[in-house]
Amino acid sequence: MSLTSLVGVVLMVALIGVCGGLLGWLNRRFKDGEDGLVEQIDALLPQTQCGQCGYPGCRPYAEAVEQGEAINRCPPGGEATILELAELLGREPLALDGDADDTPRVAFIREDECIGCTKCIQACPVDAILGASKMMHTVIAHECTGCDLCIAPCPVDCIDMLPREPQPRWTAGIIASDRTTETLHGST
Amino acid sequence: MAVLERLWRSLAAGTRPAGGVLPPTRKSQTRDLGIRTPPLPARVTLLLEDGRDQPWREVQPIVKPGQYVRAGERVARAVGHLALPVHASISGHVSALFMHDEADAGGQHRPAVVIDADGASQHHWLPPLDWQGAAPGEIIQRIADAGIAGMGGGGFPAHLKVRAARQAGIDTLVVNAAECEPYLSADDQTLRQHTDRVLLGAAMVAHATGASSIVIGIEDDKPEAASAVRARLGELPCPARLEVIPTRYPSGGERQLIERLLGRRLASDQLPVDAGVLCHNPGTLAAIHDAVALGKPMIERTLTLAGRALARPGNITARLGTAIEHLLQDAGLDRARLSRVIEGGPMMGQAIGSLDQPITQTTNGLIAADAAELPTPPPARPCIRCGDCQPACPAGLAPQQLWWHAQAGEDHKAEANGLFDCIECGACDYVCPSHLPLANGFGEAKQRLRTARAESDRADQARHRFEARQAREQREAAEREARRQARRQAATQRGQQRNASSAKDSSADAKGTASVVDVRGLRIAQAAAKAAARKAEKALERAAQQQQSADVLADLETQLDTARQHLDAADARLKAARQEETRP
Repeated sequence: MSLTSLVGVVLMVALIGVCGGLLGWLNRRFKDGEDGLVEQIDALLPQTQCGQCGYPGCRPYAEAVEQGEAINRCPPGGEATILELAELLGREPLALDGDADDTPRVAFIREDECIGCTKCIQACPVDAILGASKMMHTVIAHECTGCDLCIAPCPVDCIDMLPREPQPRWTAGIIASDRTTETLHGST
Repeated sequence: MAVLERLWRSLAAGTRPAGGVLPPTRKSQTRDLGIRTPPLPARVTLLLEDGRDQPWREVQPIVKPGQYVRAGERVARAVGHLALPVHASISGHVSALFMHDEADAGGQHRPAVVIDADGASQHHWLPPLDWQGAAPGEIIQRIADAGIAGMGGGGFPAHLKVRAARQAGIDTLVVNAAECEPYLSADDQTLRQHTDRVLLGAAMVAHATGASSIVIGIEDDKPEAASAVRARLGELPCPARLEVIPTRYPSGGERQLIERLLGRRLASDQLPVDAGVLCHNPGTLAAIHDAVALGKPMIERTLTLAGRALARPGNITARLGTAIEHLLQDAGLDRARLSRVIEGGPMMGQAIGSLDQPITQTTNGLIAADAAELPTPPPARPCIRCGDCQPACPAGLAPQQLWWHAQAGEDHKAEANGLFDCIECGACDYVCPSHLPLANGFGEAKQRLRTARAESDRADQARHRFEARQAREQREAAEREARRQARRQAATQRGQQRNASSAKDSSADAKGTASVVDVRGLRIAQAAAKAAARKAEKALERAAQQQQSADVLADLETQLDTARQHLDAADARLKAARQEETRP
């Protein structure tokens, strides 16, 4: 082997090394928050945080699925979620484990009957119940995920699960909506 | 680069087929008959949107049954941010705040203001405004107060379009007089009979937006309107030109017209104001003129009555809220010949269920057709992939492909193929040999996608609230731990003071190094939490500046709260570890 070809090989190897290094550095430098598998799974879950899967929230279930837990444990997500998870993870779609009920629901407190025990407030995973001790409680329907977790702790059974209206109705002067009018009419 | 991009765009615009179809226009029924004013109705019904389906359009009545109102008095105020105030279109007593709608499912009551006319024709208008001396903001406010919606079809509040144009800074006002829908000639007649009002309205909008030129686009089947406009162009205060374009449906589509007139092609996420253009219909401009120069709120509009079931078709100026039956009777409706009534044009209009329904601001025409004129389409057959719809599409889409995806339940693929560029003009329906209801299907697919997007936004917000709650619980636990640590430290100090003479614990050294490492890790965690909180703060600030919707802001606030809770928890843990460290 002549010297020139040796030089060529060495140069080639050096060039490959430099390019590889550069690409690796660029990849790390310009990596824009690429989601891990857990995040991708979590994004497919309905985020009701209901715990019907046996895990304390959607993210813990996403972590378990990544570790090999079955993908059919999410009743609020229903068949659509199972199919999406199967596609993402390359697993076989399974029949839903549990009663299929993916109609969106919202909790409603019969306010006359509420004794103000705050138990439902502590149970709500998304802080969607307002109230104070010995005061009437109420559900912020717009934030409620319909998870059912407030039903069991209620000592007087004054919470109903109602079907959710197709679009949440906002009226002026309640919580988020006063800001709606402000920001949208603020440019006047 | 910008020059190259513009060059490329103009080349692309030149090479792309214009799309569109040539349905029979059938405008001769009405186009030379002038504008009539039918007798005033005995009752008007002004429909109100209660905001149940579209909260952004919510309107609330401000009158009570029995109250006397004059024409032009406000009877309902706008609540939603895309809603407009409603004005009495006739003088009389308010008789009810709902309308019994037979055609609606189960005969429901719809919210409305019903006024029984007293025949006195009393009116109450706003004070006239000297538009040349008025600030742009005053004109825009007047358009808002008058409750004017775009009269071309979409019904978007006119003042919001003008305000957006003012804020974005536009150079051209386009008067969209194409009126490409068959049958309709209301804009044509408005331009011929009320040239002054339309052009003055255009001048007012140009003044309010700061537009430096006006372009009037009109199809070549309206030569009288074109010459009427041409004769008065010189009177406008800013450079104006008239552009006569070939008749082709749907050249009156906003995006299509802007591309045709100005050679500016809009990307799918661009609005006309992003390209420096504001587009208004002649009827809207005439209404704006009346609102500014006369103080007259939106109480009537010009519309076309056509169809072979009418003895006297023509254009009329009718009060809003007049029952469709009243108008058709006045035009000599022959019920024996009538097969169906269509609101709007035959291409994009909707069949009407009940003639009791009132006309609204967006009713640009009523077609009382007999069976031979607009036959019901034959049943749809499967798509044969002939591709005829593709050259017909004015948005340059491939309708057969969109249809394929939408039917297969793959809406996201349809979206990737430009579903949201579809203007639902129905040109593809017109040419489809299988009589597929393509435009309808695309409308439904868009609705499904919007619902899915709203659901996924909801899920994201729920996740952020869940994370915020967990962060709060962690912080509370960390703070409890810190307090416990402090109490324990105090107790051991007291104990050490008692046995000061006793020997040092031999394990103290090892424990010291372990806690140093621990503190260092916690300090890094605390710095990271601080950076995350600052990042969340900045994101919220930026969103507030960009005037994002309240939902987005609330969501970002939740994320900021989460970051702050994490920071507090990290602080508490660090404090506890430091106390542990300083313990001798």
